[in-house]
Amino acid sequence: MPETIKSSALHTVAPIALRRRITDHVMTGVAVLTVILVLAPLFAIFAYLVYRGVGSINWAFLTQTPKPVGEAGGGMANAIVGSGFILALASILGVPVGVGAGIYLAEYGRNRFGDVIRFTADVLNGVPSIVIGIVAYAIVVLTQKHFSALAGGVALAIMMIPTITRTTEEMLLLVPQALREAAYGLGIPRWRTTLSITLRTATSGVITGIMLAFARVAGETAPLLFTAFGNQFWNLRVNEPTAALPLQIFNYAISPYDEWHRQAWAGALVLIILIVTAVSAVRFAVRRGTFGAA
Amino acid sequence: MPAPQPVEATKVSSLPPAGRRAEPFLRGRRRETGDRVFKAAMLLCGLAVLATLVLIVYELTLRSGPSWHAFGFKFFAGHDWDPVNEHFGALPFVYGTLVSSFLALLIAVPLSIGVAVFTTEMCPKALRGPLSFFVELLAAIPSVVYGLWAIFVLVPILSNYVEPFLARTLGWSGFFDGPPYGISMLAAGIILAIMIIPIISSITREVLMVVPQHQREAALALGATRWEMIRVGVLRNARAGIMGGIILGLGRALGETMAVTMVIGNRPEIAKSLFAPGYTMASVLANEFSEATGDVYLSALIEIGLALFLVTIVVNALARLLVWTVTRGQPSRANA
Repeated sequence: MPETIKSSALHTVAPIALRRRITDHVMTGVAVLTVILVLAPLFAIFAYLVYRGVGSINWAFLTQTPKPVGEAGGGMANAIVGSGFILALASILGVPVGVGAGIYLAEYGRNRFGDVIRFTADVLNGVPSIVIGIVAYAIVVLTQKHFSALAGGVALAIMMIPTITRTTEEMLLLVPQALREAAYGLGIPRWRTTLSITLRTATSGVITGIMLAFARVAGETAPLLFTAFGNQFWNLRVNEPTAALPLQIFNYAISPYDEWHRQAWAGALVLIILIVTAVSAVRFAVRRGTFGAA
Repeated sequence: MPAPQPVEATKVSSLPPAGRRAEPFLRGRRRETGDRVFKAAMLLCGLAVLATLVLIVYELTLRSGPSWHAFGFKFFAGHDWDPVNEHFGALPFVYGTLVSSFLALLIAVPLSIGVAVFTTEMCPKALRGPLSFFVELLAAIPSVVYGLWAIFVLVPILSNYVEPFLARTLGWSGFFDGPPYGISMLAAGIILAIMIIPIISSITREVLMVVPQHQREAALALGATRWEMIRVGVLRNARAGIMGGIILGLGRALGETMAVTMVIGNRPEIAKSLFAPGYTMASVLANEFSEATGDVYLSALIEIGLALFLVTIVVNALARLLVWTVTRGQPSRANA
């Protein structure tokens, strides 16, 4: 008796199971296909960047300023340095505020008001970069009456702050409470505990956040269009329009000249190398750091 | 950093045992000042974050005033964008932003969910790290580089192969009609899709990872195949979070500027065909803002910026709420 039941059960179950198994395999195949479809553009972009960029990067590109249309040669040296200059300004303005706000949220902000700031930072993170550009234009450019590196720095700083704030907070919260209590027990004031014990312990994580914010704004073009504006010449003055690598890439890419297209590719390769180096360095450092696993 | 730092530092490290009685009182008061100054400074930084948002709202509202007074609500219903006669209607830009973003979602959502499911549920553990690293690398590529690639690689491919093919097979629908120039709404949608995939897939991955393991085990114990387990035990539980990821991707797509500006064609027209050029709210700002002459023109552009800002705020707030309820609201689903 039991055998017959078993066999009949097998007969009715088997065909359904086959259909289900086929669906299972098909869906696995679909998932693999999506991965391929997503990674294809990534590799296409990098391959094409290297293919077009490597041939165009030369000593002149890295050391000279742009030549007028029609003349071969010239480079983006002023834009590379200009980008560094604007990013330095943005970091000077953005990093202290971002880290400070992160400290506030982690150490004093476990309440309703902290939630408001937390939510504000998240919202600020989602504001389109072009809108940030408009605001920097309204605040800095309209008061100064001309485009400037400072306006670009302000725009990028506004974009850096929310990222730095949230990662700093997260990293400080990972520091065990016992460490703080030990410091209080030794009679160390709270502010000094925060700076020398908590922040010190979380340094690698906080730096990670800063680098991520930096990498994110390093390639930003939209907020610089009407703040830093761009410049064909050298400039290292805070109050003058300044060239930036992403701006230069944009202007050259939409131009009709082959020579400029070539340089746009070279510029893009330089930009990507800078950003990917920063991001990978951060990932590497985090994996080796104390809080990478936490 | 507060001023009394060096004094405090020496006091703390070299406590003279003799003065122990007098010290605590003095130290206590100084410590209080130090703490108060420090807390105030940190609070100031926190307030700066809040102030930035307030400042954005204030500047955008204030400076879009003239346009608001001149056109009112009709601003977003008008078709004409005529800087010469100072007549402005933003409908073509709103249309372009919405269509390109939804097109991007249409392409990106299935792909991102597929990638997230593959990395969390299917692939060997050793492959997980590198795979998510590669997908996140997509997020590290600057917008302008996407645009550059799109102009010189994507657009020629579209105009030579994809668009003629779509016109032959789906031309009857009216969505794939007209000359296949490549520079089009379609190109903008595709490049946007590539750009938002890392966002949607990384959030989906996060959300899938917080689905309790016993949900999977229960489904498998009931005899489900792996796909059935994923469908019933994982995806269904993570719906709200995945939705949050999608909306976050939408927020990014709505505000994306450079790559779209470089391939969409920048023509303020509303066309049914996806082969036709269009214009988005962000691109018109990028192209015309620094050349805008006249108060009304400038304030019309700023009003577009304000609209873009408000839409992305709402979209992002919605997304955050959805993701938060899934990844942080553990208690509510602990007994699920």
